[in-house]
Amino acid sequence: MTMTPHRPFPIFSRILHWTMAVLVLAMLFIGIGMVSSVSAYHQLVAIHKPLGILVLVLVAIRLVNRLINPPPPLPEGMPQWQRFAALGSHVLLYVLMFAVPIVGWAMLSAARYPVVLYGALQLPPIMPQNPALFAVLRETHTVLALLLFATFLAHLGAALMHALIFRDDVFPSMTFWGLRDRAGTASGDRDSAAHASGTPALVKSE
Amino acid sequence: MAEDPAASSQRYRLPSLSGRGALARLAAIGASVLAIALCFAYVGGWLSPGRLGEARFVDRFEQVNGGAHAGFRRNHAKGVCIAGGFDSNGQGVRLSKAVVFTPGRVPVTGRFSLAGGQPHVADGPTAVLAMALRLRPPAGQEWRMAMIDIPVFLVRNGEGLYEQLLATQPDPATGQPDPAKMAAFTANHPEFLPAMQLVKSTPLPSGFANATFNGLNAFRFVNASGAVTPVRWSMAASDPFTPETPEQAKNPDKNYLFDDFIARVARRPVQWHLLVTIGQPGDVTSDPTIPWPAERERVDVGTLTINHVETEAPGNCRDINFDPLVLPAGIEPSDDPILSARSATYSQSFTRREGEKKTPSAVQVPVGKGS
Repeated sequence: MTMTPHRPFPIFSRILHWTMAVLVLAMLFIGIGMVSSVSAYHQLVAIHKPLGILVLVLVAIRLVNRLINPPPPLPEGMPQWQRFAALGSHVLLYVLMFAVPIVGWAMLSAARYPVVLYGALQLPPIMPQNPALFAVLRETHTVLALLLFATFLAHLGAALMHALIFRDDVFPSMTFWGLRDRAGTASGDRDSAAHASGTPALVKSE
Repeated sequence: MAEDPAASSQRYRLPSLSGRGALARLAAIGASVLAIALCFAYVGGWLSPGRLGEARFVDRFEQVNGGAHAGFRRNHAKGVCIAGGFDSNGQGVRLSKAVVFTPGRVPVTGRFSLAGGQPHVADGPTAVLAMALRLRPPAGQEWRMAMIDIPVFLVRNGEGLYEQLLATQPDPATGQPDPAKMAAFTANHPEFLPAMQLVKSTPLPSGFANATFNGLNAFRFVNASGAVTPVRWSMAASDPFTPETPEQAKNPDKNYLFDDFIARVARRPVQWHLLVTIGQPGDVTSDPTIPWPAERERVDVGTLTINHVETEAPGNCRDINFDPLVLPAGIEPSDDPILSARSATYSQSFTRREGEKKTPSAVQVPVGKGS
């Protein structure tokens, strides 16, 4: 009979999660805002490009961190469909956090726009110049970004369900105040019995 | 505390939602998610149909040009590609750290065009001529510019241009803009008539080769020590100015302006001087309808030589967006709101046309005649 103590996400994972939460949400708002206002366009696009590359760098760090520091398991009693939804939505979030900035970079490359980060700092093109490809990538960038926003809303809704309705360890495991005190004293806590019953401990995603 | 497995999994089932307070908490969750979605919709303009976004702007360009002309720019639709080089004389270095100003030659590609969204419009005496350029230092730091041959812009912001397009559209019955619409527009945009007066009092050139092209918008030059200078710039023709004559308009060649230039380049390269006008404190940078005083210092920073002209084709100037805000380090936008509006609408026009089927340009450079 194994005991799985409740534990929060590693502190570095939590820092990455909340930093990226702010950045990704800001990027989604900047992106949708810049194409809907000609007066704000330039200032927003000038932030959008370097911030997008920052998101790409951070999500790469985050994926590596996730492999080194696995997330805590999901609570034992969670039904299978919820586990599946959690896994699926987290895979989707990761895929989109990579895909949206990469497609953005690729579309600028296909259009032969310089990818200026700041001042003289710019990135090389990652695609040959191709008008038709640009048109497809430009549309893809928008569609994927909207899908990312929808997935974020689902993620937020699910997190709040865990925090306010299910009241399990999922939400506190990602906060900076939730599970700290209990991390070392979790043996015999409420989920250990369920663990003992043999429910597979699927990893919970950030 | 210990819990049995049944209780632990019970929390995820439907009855847990009907517990005391659970419905209220559920409503709070729904409201939070909805609130963020609504904020997103607001920022995206879905809740404010009056906001001027790039799509609406380009829709209007299409509207006043008899619909979308697939594959062509929504403005400056008719054009031809040009190429050559820019020789910097080093005089710009004290003003801007941009790589293009260090002495030496930078390769240039570009495009000559007529203002307006009709790709097959006949060249005529009132056509506004435009020069778009891409200065490409080998190590990066590209500089794109798009200039026209009138002395000032006609409106001071994006809304002004958006309204101008419709207000100045000729009425099919009279061939003139609707006076009522014009009156409403000029009342709303008092900068328009004085600017138009300036434009009308400036003689038009007889062709591209002797036209002086003005950047119109103000920019900020930043030099190596960080000093900022407000500037405007012009490409001043080396060919002597000759005014447009009524005889030219009788030319049966619908592309006489372009064909004259093709013939001119075939004789010898055509040159312009990049003149940078130095703004003084008090000179308006946020309004491209107001000229700066004529006595402002102008610095000749180098010579543009165009020695090649070619038909628009895949991969050449046809597929470049001459966005005036593609700038190198050392050149920054000013507070002129037209700049952002241009950048946004060029981007939208580019996105639309690049996804469309292409048809040949009206301007065809005869084989062997391009340089």
